[in-house]
This record gives sequence, structure tokens and C-alpha cells, in this order.
Amino acid sequence: MDDRAHRPARRIQGRSAAPGIAIGPLVRLAVVPQDTRPHRSVAEEHQALVDALATSQEALALLASETGDAEAEAILSFQIALLEDDNLAAPAFALIAGGEVASRAWMMAIDPEITSYEEASDSNFRARASDLRDLRDRVLRHLAGEADQSLPSGVIVAADDMPPSMFLATDWRDGGLVLRRGSPSSHVAILARSRGVPMIVGVDVNHLGDGKDALLDGDAGVLIVDPDASMRDLYRQRHAEQSNLRQAAMSFGGPAFTARGERVGVMINVTGLAELGGLDPAEVDGIGLMRTEFLFQGREILPTEEEQYQIYRRMLEWAEGRPVTIRTLDAGGDKPIAGLTQSSELNPFLGVRGVRLSLRHLDVFRAQLRALARAAVTGNLKVMIPMVTVPEELDRCRALLEEAIEELCREGRQARMPPLGMMVEVPAAALTIEDFDADFFSIGSNDLIQYVAAASRDEPQLADLARPSRAVFGLIGHVVKYADGAGRETSLCGDLAGDPEQVAALLDQGLRTFSVAPGALGPVKAAIARYSGAAA
Amino acid sequence: MNRHQASVLIRHEVGLHARPSVKLTKLAKAFESRIDLGLSPDGPWVDAKSIVKVMATKVPKDSTIYFRAEGSDAKAALEALVTLVDGDFQDGR
Repeated sequence: MDDRAHRPARRIQGRSAAPGIAIGPLVRLAVVPQDTRPHRSVAEEHQALVDALATSQEALALLASETGDAEAEAILSFQIALLEDDNLAAPAFALIAGGEVASRAWMMAIDPEITSYEEASDSNFRARASDLRDLRDRVLRHLAGEADQSLPSGVIVAADDMPPSMFLATDWRDGGLVLRRGSPSSHVAILARSRGVPMIVGVDVNHLGDGKDALLDGDAGVLIVDPDASMRDLYRQRHAEQSNLRQAAMSFGGPAFTARGERVGVMINVTGLAELGGLDPAEVDGIGLMRTEFLFQGREILPTEEEQYQIYRRMLEWAEGRPVTIRTLDAGGDKPIAGLTQSSELNPFLGVRGVRLSLRHLDVFRAQLRALARAAVTGNLKVMIPMVTVPEELDRCRALLEEAIEELCREGRQARMPPLGMMVEVPAAALTIEDFDADFFSIGSNDLIQYVAAASRDEPQLADLARPSRAVFGLIGHVVKYADGAGRETSLCGDLAGDPEQVAALLDQGLRTFSVAPGALGPVKAAIARYSGAAA
Repeated sequence: MNRHQASVLIRHEVGLHARPSVKLTKLAKAFESRIDLGLSPDGPWVDAKSIVKVMATKVPKDSTIYFRAEGSDAKAALEALVTLVDGDFQDGR
């Protein structure tokens, strides 16, 4: 104990990705380790694999018994069933008998299975490749002598990177996240801000000790390892103050007006029903962006039309007649979906993503459009298409939506054509905005910024380039001006809208509808109320 | 010799997929008989107790699958399997 108390505190500077304070032990999320054991006899290698399979099976059984989620349990029981089947490891044991080391034998046995799933024509079978990969890596960890990690709550997780599905599967109560990769505008950061999880990026996590006491300052982008007692007290105090402040900001209810009394719409970005709990619909002007990719991620099978319809319907019900803008599947880029997105793309952000992907998977897209057309009957729904680059893409979507409605009517189901709009995030679309037959526009600033600057939002070294520039504000102003003249609505749903320091600059460009993470409602409304600038 | 054969249509929304396969192989393993599954009445056959083999057949929706069983409880095994598939895998958990 004394030893710990006297160790000097270490202060590591990263970049803020989500504000807030977290206090707790550091938990290092392991990468799949290399098996560095010296090569041993055939009998020993055989036993090593037997043991690794058995411990993996026990760990999975424990996980399955703890999860309260039917979907997660189904995924785990499939993996358990695979492990119970001798046929899975039989080729590996044959290779070991021939002199191969256990870890390589295991990989050589599993990889062809993974490939065969990846090549399946049915997307639901393709999605199983991720289960096998998960299983492969779990056994490899055990072969290398490392225990499985489940993430407890109340800890500060340090990792190289984290897929959004893993973020969603973790209990973040009182916890925080430190990543080496990723950026303040990556999707994990968006989720972290929306759920109030403090997060910083750009920290070399390799040299962080597992289990050490730490303080995470998401506001300043700082991680403090082995803090002394006085630092800890200070952070405890700040932590308490912040929760009070957050509650005060949340109470900034009702419609937003500038200092001159001009009304500004403030809507929220959400990924699902869970985030709406505890939020009064009267505090917002609607849902400006519902991201649907999270319905598709980390699942055993893709969501059916009926399942989607039920979720969309409940979002509309929550909004009580306020507009709800649902974006069609925006997979690809940094949002891979097992069995759907292409894993081999060299440059996924410039690849088959958003509407480009949907138009290449018409079965999946049609099911979503049918669900949306049915939901449109039950409330004030707007449908938005992501990553539109040329007018033809939007025309194609409109035709598909019309087809879906005709089809539904023929089946005797109720359906309605909702307003169809587009995300403006590709510079080509922003520059030729007058060519698009869209009922409304929503500016996706995160992608727009990275495409305008040709700087990845996930490259820590380029963070200064991947910031809103005069070029970006110029494009935003261009779109808003055209839309105002053409009598169409424009909102902005990227992180830019949720940054209180950028609110005035956006209002200067004529933007009058913001869509922000629920956690940013208070600060953004407060910033709007302070604005006394260029209202005509 | 106690040999039996049966066929049944897969109606499950996504075919003989992970969750249905787990149920099917679990049920098959509850019987002593050797049980095979095939996509045609003449095979090729795979071990219905192996989820690795069953999943590898990648049976899509609306296809007919065939079972053949050989052993003391072959008849009961086929009845149980056909009931499971015919009931769209909706048996108890």
C-alpha cells in the first residue's frame, strides 16, 4: 500500500473525444497475443489445444449465463455448440499430430471455415464469419496463456481501438474510455458523447499498466495514472460538480430562441429507443437523425421488416407528432456490418458505403424501405438517404420507395410516401445541391469535413486538418442559401451542431435547425440564446 | 435393421441458420441412433449431430431437408426432428 502511495503520478496528454470525469482502475483491453511459447512435443501441443478449448468453453458458458439479452445469448450458444463439436478442432489435432504448433494448427483449421462463411451467398450465413473469428481469437488468447476479458463497470478501459458494437455491449456506468486510435469524430466518440461516457483518444496505451488507479479528464483530454490523494479528491469534487451541472443544462427545456427572439429548431440524434428513456419529447423539436445501422450491428441475423417497423413506429410514438428523420442504413466506412459490408476495401471511407451499399443489396434495402413506408402512416416520419453523391442515386431511392409502397398497397397493407431527403456530406453533392430532387437536406458535417479536407477523422496526427474550416462553412452556407430560396428545410446533424462554440458560426451561415446528441441539448440551447448576431 | 428416412420443409425465415442449427443438433444428440441430414433423398449426407457439418450445408429458406436414421430409436428421432423443423424451431428454449 505504501509503495502505491509513493509512486509519482503520471500525466498523459491525449485529445478530448467526450467530456466528463471518470475515476477508477485502468483495464487494458488486450489485442490477440502471439503465442510465444517454445515449441514442445506433439503430446504437449495436443494438450495445450485441449485445455484452451475447454477453458474457452467454460468462459463462454459463464458469459451466456450472465447476459440478460436473448440476442447475445443466442450468439454465445452458437459459439458454445461449435466448440462442443469435435469436428471443429479435428483438422487442428491432425495438424498437431503432424508436428504443427497448436496455435498455428488452430488457425489453419478455422480460417478455411471462416472463408467459407464469408463466401456464402446468403448474408445471414456470411454474418457467421464474425462468430468464428471471435471464437478463433478467444482460443488463441487461451493458447497464449491469457485469460478472457469481460469489461466490468466503473473502470477506465484502455485499448488500441474499439468497434462500436463492443462499445454498445459494455456497461459504462461510472466508466471511461482511452483509445490510441480513433478521433473525436469517430463513431465510438459519437456514442460516448451521446451516452455521457468520458473518452479521450491519441494515447499510447501500450505502456499503461493494467489495474493501476487512474483519473480520466474527458474535458482536458488528460489521463492521470497513479494519482495522489489530493488529486483524487479534486477529481471527485469535479465529478460531483459535473453531474450537477449536467442536470442543470438538461433542464434548459422548451423551444430555443436567439437573443433577438428568432426561433431555432433543436432536435436530437439517436441510435435507438434506449436513449429516449427519461427524455421529455417536449424538450426537443423532434428527432433530426435516427441512425439505423445500430439495429444491424452485432446481431445474429439482419433485422426483419417487421422488427424494423416496430422500432420506427415506437420512435414516432415517442415524438408525439414531432418530426422524426430516420436515415436508411449507413454502413461501411467505420461502421462495418457482418455479412453486409465489404471487409477487403482498401479505402472504406471512399468505398461502398451508405446509399452505395444499399443500392447493391436491394433485398436488405427494400425491407427497410417497406418498414419505413409502413411506419410513415403512424406519425411524422421523414426518410433520409446517406452518402448521396449524384442526383441519380436519390432518384433511384425514390423509385424504390414508390415501388415498395405500391407493393404494400397491393398486399392490402397501409403505407404512405414520407418526405424523402438526403444527407449532404459529399462535397460533390454540396456543390451541385440544386440538381437534387430532395424534399429536405441534412448536412452531415463529420464526413463533409473529412472529405473537404482530405484528412481522415481517425488519423490522430491530422486532427488539426480535420476541423471545421472556412471551406466547410462556405459549403454549409451555400446549401442553406439554396434550400431557403427553394423552400426546403436544412438541418445539420453532425458533431459541429453539438459544439456550443460553433453555434454562432453556424447561425451566421443561416442555419436554423440543429440536431445534436441528447447530452448537448442544454449547452447548445444556451449558446443559441446568447446569439445576437446577423439575424435579418 | 432399424432404418428410417423422413423429409421436411424448412420455413424458418433465414433457413437452417445458427439458432435453428443449435436446436437441431442438440435434439439429434439426444438420440442414440446415427442421424444424417441431406439436401436430397440420395444425399450427400452429413452428421446431423455436428453443428459444424450442418451449418456447412447452408440450407436456405424454403428448401426441403432429408433425414435418415439408423439405430434403436431411429423412428422416434426422426419424428422429433421433423416436429422441430415443422414447428419452425419454436419448441421450448
